[in-house]
Amino acid sequence: MSDQFQGIEPMVYQSQINVPYSWWAGDTATRFFVTLRDEKKITATKCGDCGKVLLPPRKICPRCFTENMEWVKVSDEGTVLSFAVARRPFAAIPADKKVPVIWGLIQLDGADTALLHYLDGLRPEDVSIGMRVTAVYSEARKGTIRDISHFKPVK
Amino acid sequence: MAKRVAIVGTGQTFHKSHRPDVNGQELINEAVLRALQDADLKMKDIDAIVIGNMDHFEGINYVDCWSVDGSGGTMKPIIKLTTGGTTGCTVAIGGYHLVGSGMFDRVLIIGWEKNSESDTTGAITTAFDPIWDRLVFAGAISGLAAEAQAYMARYGASDRDGARVSVRDRKHAMNNPHAQLRKEVSLEEVLASPMLADPIHLLDVCPRTDGACAVIMASEDVAEKICPKPDWIWGTAARHSYSYLGDADYGRLTSMREGSQELWKKAGIKEPRKELDVVEMYQPYSFGGLIWIEDMGLVGPGEAPQYIWDGNTDMSGELPINPSGGVISCNPIGATGLIRCAEAAMQVMGKAEGRQVPDVNFAFSSGFGGCWWTDMILHGKNKPK
Ligand SMILES: [Zn+2]
Repeated sequence: MSDQFQGIEPMVYQSQINVPYSWWAGDTATRFFVTLRDEKKITATKCGDCGKVLLPPRKICPRCFTENMEWVKVSDEGTVLSFAVARRPFAAIPADKKVPVIWGLIQLDGADTALLHYLDGLRPEDVSIGMRVTAVYSEARKGTIRDISHFKPVK
Repeated sequence: MAKRVAIVGTGQTFHKSHRPDVNGQELINEAVLRALQDADLKMKDIDAIVIGNMDHFEGINYVDCWSVDGSGGTMKPIIKLTTGGTTGCTVAIGGYHLVGSGMFDRVLIIGWEKNSESDTTGAITTAFDPIWDRLVFAGAISGLAAEAQAYMARYGASDRDGARVSVRDRKHAMNNPHAQLRKEVSLEEVLASPMLADPIHLLDVCPRTDGACAVIMASEDVAEKICPKPDWIWGTAARHSYSYLGDADYGRLTSMREGSQELWKKAGIKEPRKELDVVEMYQPYSFGGLIWIEDMGLVGPGEAPQYIWDGNTDMSGELPINPSGGVISCNPIGATGLIRCAEAAMQVMGKAEGRQVPDVNFAFSSGFGGCWWTDMILHGKNKPK
């Protein structure tokens, strides 16, 4: 490194930018979150053209480009398509989660896409692709995806 | 009006973990001057500039304007393109479109990053949906881990297979003075390095790098006057699919499969494994070197580990992959895809020095973005028909 400077002291300017945002979920996602919060039900939209059940729900089918969508309820239970175990703490992990954190892609029964969420109530070495899991709801629900606390193995 | 397009010059910095001796404009300038020198052109010969880097990585979002002191863009047409990890390949494709349109004869393309200046995880998080994915998100590497887990479960591959790819790329980097990390590692060292997210060890993944790359493209009207043996662009393809992380097919890279099929069709390539001579792919972790060459159609599903163990992708093998040492040895993200393009061009032009593969007719370069998208370029020695 010293050869890069030839005796010159490198000056570094430390800074941070704080930019607040308010993200509007939109009518479609809002309907999902209200149903989740008030009825503890997981819903999705089904495309009337291709028949695919999309979760997160879409206002428009991304493949068919149609608004011909209807609401359907999907199961609380599903299959783990893949997973990752984060072994080291970093900023993107919420404060209430302790490493190792297990992150799963869960295809709920009745849906054609996976939902990203936490797996908990099991050890990292006990997770496997294809295992069956079910939603555990949070006690205090605020209308966000974390109204589902996590998914746990089906006994 | 469409013109055939060739690369007539390339330039790179000597990439390092951090470059506090230069600011961003000065870093860009090093690559630009080297590319101009390589093509024996002056800044006044350049008709337009395309530049790109990662959004949020340096906290400077009007990079096209801010960088003109280094890029040479003062009072020239200049546009910024940024597509995350694929940025470096996207800027090359954008330059190809500008020259191919017949509206510009000589276009300078720049990709750069001072990765040391930012919080990478914080910046990458801004690529993910704030309402659905960010609240249940475990960092960029976890997406790659999910892909590797799904591939291993489907085809019975192991972490040793991944480690073999890392050993290859890190060995190749020994031949490339521009690579950041130039240290050979053993299979055992990869497997013994700290586990980041199962099955990915520290030595399976790319570092953070400061670096810049520049490429000059020219139309068929002037290319051979600038460079007697230019690198002809035979085709490009781009596939972007991401809305939510749960939408992808984990264990297969659909964007690579669909894009490469388009590329082979455009160029009339029937057997890519036999017809390509060298591959420079944006492969930020070792397992991508298994999964994605299957999606390219080089080998069948599940066949990559054996193909790689047999040495076919080493420097002396049937189809050398990443002679530069690849992304595992060096990753200034916004420059990384363009470095692949430049390295492939150097292979075709016979300018790759200690990492030269003999007699290159066709070379492939690609860019990858962490939300499962892929951009790619087919390079050739002969002028396309
Ligand atoms: Zn549809």
